[in-house]
Amino acid sequence: MSDSNARAAIIRLFHVYRQYHAKNALTDLTLDIYRNEFLFVTGPSGAGKTTLLKLLYRGEKVSEGQVLVDGINISRLPRNRIHLLRRKFGIVFQDYKLIPTRSVYENVALVLEAGGRNARYVRKKTSSVLRTVGMENRLSAYPPALSGGEQQRVAVARAVVGDPTIILADEPTGSLDAKSASLIMGLLKAFHTRGATVVVATHDRALIRSIPARVIYLNEGQIAAAPTI
Amino acid sequence: MLSLHLKRALQDIRQNRLLNAVTISTIALSILIVSAAFLFFLNTTDMLEAWRRGIRIMVYLESDLDKAQRHAIETRIRKLYGVQAARFIPKETALEQLRAQMQRQSAILDGLDQNPLPDAFEVQMIPTASTWEKAEELARSLEAVAGVSDVEYGQRWVERFVTLFNLFRLTSYAMGGLFFIASVFIVGNTVRLILYSRRQEVEIMRLVGATERFILAPFYFQSMIQGALGGVCGLVALFIMFMLIQSKIQAVSVTGLVNLRFLSPGLLLTVVTASTLVGWLGCHLSLKQYLKV
Ligand SMILES: Nc1ncnc2c1ncn2[C@@H]1O[C@H](COP(=O)(O)OP(=O)(O)OP(=O)(O)O)[C@@H](O)[C@H]1O
Ligand SMILES: [Mg+2]
Repeated sequence: MSDSNARAAIIRLFHVYRQYHAKNALTDLTLDIYRNEFLFVTGPSGAGKTTLLKLLYRGEKVSEGQVLVDGINISRLPRNRIHLLRRKFGIVFQDYKLIPTRSVYENVALVLEAGGRNARYVRKKTSSVLRTVGMENRLSAYPPALSGGEQQRVAVARAVVGDPTIILADEPTGSLDAKSASLIMGLLKAFHTRGATVVVATHDRALIRSIPARVIYLNEGQIAAAPTI
Repeated sequence: MLSLHLKRALQDIRQNRLLNAVTISTIALSILIVSAAFLFFLNTTDMLEAWRRGIRIMVYLESDLDKAQRHAIETRIRKLYGVQAARFIPKETALEQLRAQMQRQSAILDGLDQNPLPDAFEVQMIPTASTWEKAEELARSLEAVAGVSDVEYGQRWVERFVTLFNLFRLTSYAMGGLFFIASVFIVGNTVRLILYSRRQEVEIMRLVGATERFILAPFYFQSMIQGALGGVCGLVALFIMFMLIQSKIQAVSVTGLVNLRFLSPGLLLTVVTASTLVGWLGCHLSLKQYLKV
């Protein structure tokens, strides 16, 4: 890897392994993700896409190898600094991970409140982001009362509300119709244009084709040559 | 930020009403019992103090003593340690007093052909030197004086009571400690239960970059609110009980004889502060344990 790569890479993985019960979910993965890159991670179900994303924000620890985010080796990050790593990320989880006992508004506002933003900013920003994803009429609804697609849109709103430097989106359009899907992709693209690094894990080929971006293809935990798209 | 945590704490209390009610009641009960014991001590100490200040020892003389012997006894009494004054009460005066006390029943005394009462000295102790032990000591010295037939002080039974009182005081210290531990444990347990029901939420908050402090602050607020409310409820209950007891006592006793007092504002504040701290401590211990796992 050249020096210029090192400077441009915001995330670097070196020979990363992740095992679950002696079975490798990721095997010897070496990968650079560049600053302000739009990257698709694709591959069949069980290939390790979600696992890869989890290793980046230390949702899981690597079994072997190194992960550097912004030049910091995150395996060595002490517990009381993990929140600083997490604040660099905006994450759309595959299973949304919305808090069922908090309203749509509260779920999204939480990110800003946890970041110590003042109440006025929180109110303005939260409402505006929820408007962007078309959820402005369901602010006080609770996640269990929402459809899958609506929950997904709230999850996207929460991921972007804090203006993160890196957006990780795990199947962000999996439950959406074509129109909502392109709205969400437009939103991610807009953040990318404004300077964010965006990583989208999906096996939706139409989605990948919709945006010109680098695509890495995972198969059984390893980077493989992409089959013809 | 503070108001945000407070809001979330109140939200949590509302969402776990029953659990919180049980916790607050338990704290209230502990506070009630402990501060009732304390109030009892406060008032009994007052009473004992009042009695102690007024210790009077009656020294009854043998009959058939002449004036010189009486003077000799008086001189000896005055020289004893702790005696402030000694007043001679001739048996005639004693009879007069008895007559006055008996009022209408005094007619029975008229039937007596001679005065059955002995001459006596009323001995008053120096207030600063008078403890129950000293009083007993002095009483014994007085008994040893030749020509003295009997020594009596009205509050002699108080001495026995003081021993019992001290024993009771120790018991309630132990009891207070026990209730303290129980309250801490119950608050901690409530925190654990709520934390357990919220573990998914806590995990999500961590994932979106919340600090442990941000996540846990509402739990501290909640526990401290429980402690404070428990303390206030306990004291209100104590005050109601106090009023009831006071009105009962005032109904049976002569005016002003028993003057009960309630805990001072400073003490009330101390109790509420202490029970708030109990809430904090319970929460802290519980969270420390939780975070280690
Ligand atoms: N917590 C876990 N415990 C055990 N095995 C796990 C765990 N998480 C993932 N795995 C395994 O690791 C492999 C990769 O899983 P991962 O979720 O990364 O796949 P994926 O590419 O995201 O699949 P999908 O497209 O279905 O979401 C799978 O075989 C899965 O069974
Ligand atoms: Mg997945």
